[in-house]
Amino acid sequence: MGARGMIAVRAAGLGSALVLAAFAVTSAAATPLESFAVAGDAIGTPLGGATGDVSRGRDIALDRGKGNCLICHRVPIEGELFPGDVGPDLSGIGARLTAGQIRLRLVDQSVVTPLTLMPSYYRVDGLRRVGDQFRGKPVLTAQEIEDVVAWLQTLR
Amino acid sequence: MGGLKVLCIAIVLINGQTIGTVAADGPFPDEARRMRSANEFLSPALRAEQADPIRNRGMLWVEQGERLFAQPPPPGGAQSCASCHASPETSMRGVAARLPAVDAESGQLVNLEGRINDCRILRQSLPPLDYETDELLALTAYLTALSIGEPLTVSIDGPASAFYAYGQQLWSERQGQLNVACTQCHDQSVGRKLRGDTISSAVPTGYPAYRLEWQTLGSLHRRLRSCQLGVRAQLFELGSREYLALELYLKSRARRHLIDAPALRR
Ligand code: HEC
Ligand code: HEC
Repeated sequence: MGARGMIAVRAAGLGSALVLAAFAVTSAAATPLESFAVAGDAIGTPLGGATGDVSRGRDIALDRGKGNCLICHRVPIEGELFPGDVGPDLSGIGARLTAGQIRLRLVDQSVVTPLTLMPSYYRVDGLRRVGDQFRGKPVLTAQEIEDVVAWLQTLR
Repeated sequence: MGGLKVLCIAIVLINGQTIGTVAADGPFPDEARRMRSANEFLSPALRAEQADPIRNRGMLWVEQGERLFAQPPPPGGAQSCASCHASPETSMRGVAARLPAVDAESGQLVNLEGRINDCRILRQSLPPLDYETDELLALTAYLTALSIGEPLTVSIDGPASAFYAYGQQLWSERQGQLNVACTQCHDQSVGRKLRGDTISSAVPTGYPAYRLEWQTLGSLHRRLRSCQLGVRAQLFELGSREYLALELYLKSRARRHLIDAPALRR
């Protein structure tokens, strides 16, 4: 999906030696997000300086009301039935990607692949027709993103 | 930094734009673009149940609809539907396949539920029936079942073209907190698994359908609402112009597919 888009954006990202884009929240109603910088195809530093917790991250990823990652991804966990296969298998993801690369893909995969199906988990602007109870809130908090990043890094 | 900013804005813009053109001529092989009904992904057990009129749970509503169509509705005994539409097996065959269509007088797009309610108000002096009431589901299921085997033939010309365009727009634009468009699942991910469900091309020939998750029959608009809920979007009203436009769009892209309601779904 969106293969051409991915190549174009990756190339653009690498072509400019250092891509720094501060994503600020403009909407007044929105909960302010921690600001972060995208460098290349990664967000190098933890959101809000939070430290991730591996086992919490696993719970958040599996929780259908939070990450709900298994609706789209297979993960190397025993006894998890009926994972989706809309996204790539996450086995070994911690060896394939750095923490910073994983962080950007959770925050907003569409920065990497503009046409992606993967939801942006830490984004509140530029969205359309968001349900009332979700408006102005990211899917996951900064701490929760860091927790999931920590867990994914253990998948090697 | 100026150039870099432009790059980032461009990305956000692409992301904010409709992505329907990707569905139409994106990098997908022809096989992937073939329309695939959810019937193809039903378990053999459910498929057999759907095909058997005695075991298909939706037939309860079809039978109730047949009775409602023939009876003068209480109270007061206004005219029955059948008093205007004699021999419905022939006179009403194909009607469900042609709708939604633009009503010449009002200029509005009207689907089968809307037509049923128009007759109630104008010809039977009765209040309209709400979506998802057993009566409206029953009449809709009965009239749709009279068109089983008929190909969808909705028109998108003339006054319908604007509604079609609106439906296509709604289909193509990302929405909700999860920021996903209909086309990303139902054009670009057909055949893939979303947890236990296999994503179909959203061929709307089986509605109203009996969904196990609902434990009842439900309208096409209710199904659209489930998908909107899934992406955490603000829901449209059942019967709204948004869902009507999407219904027209779905039925147009599935033209020539045969009506097979009431379907069974997970
Ligand atoms: C609705 C579907 C969907 C959901 C939900 C989803 N993803 Fe994804 N994810 C994808 C798709 C599709 C891709 C492929 C990226 C692309 O579009 O090229 C992807 C890519 C990724 C990648 C990058 C993989 C790589 O090899 O580059 C990571 C990491 C990831 N997802 C983790 C997660 C985690 C963790 C969650 C839950 C918190 C999650 N995803 C939820 C669909 C989803
Ligand atoms: C994140 C994925 C996703 C999105 C986005 C999505 N759907 Fe669905 N949809 C599904 C799944 C899964 C099903 C159940 C399996 C199937 O039949 O495709 C479904 C079912 C349907 C069906 C019923 C098909 C049948 O025969 O039972 C229709 C119609 C439909 N969707 C239309 C839409 C429309 C219109 C939108 C946009 C407003 C939309 N969907 C958005 C995943 C999605």
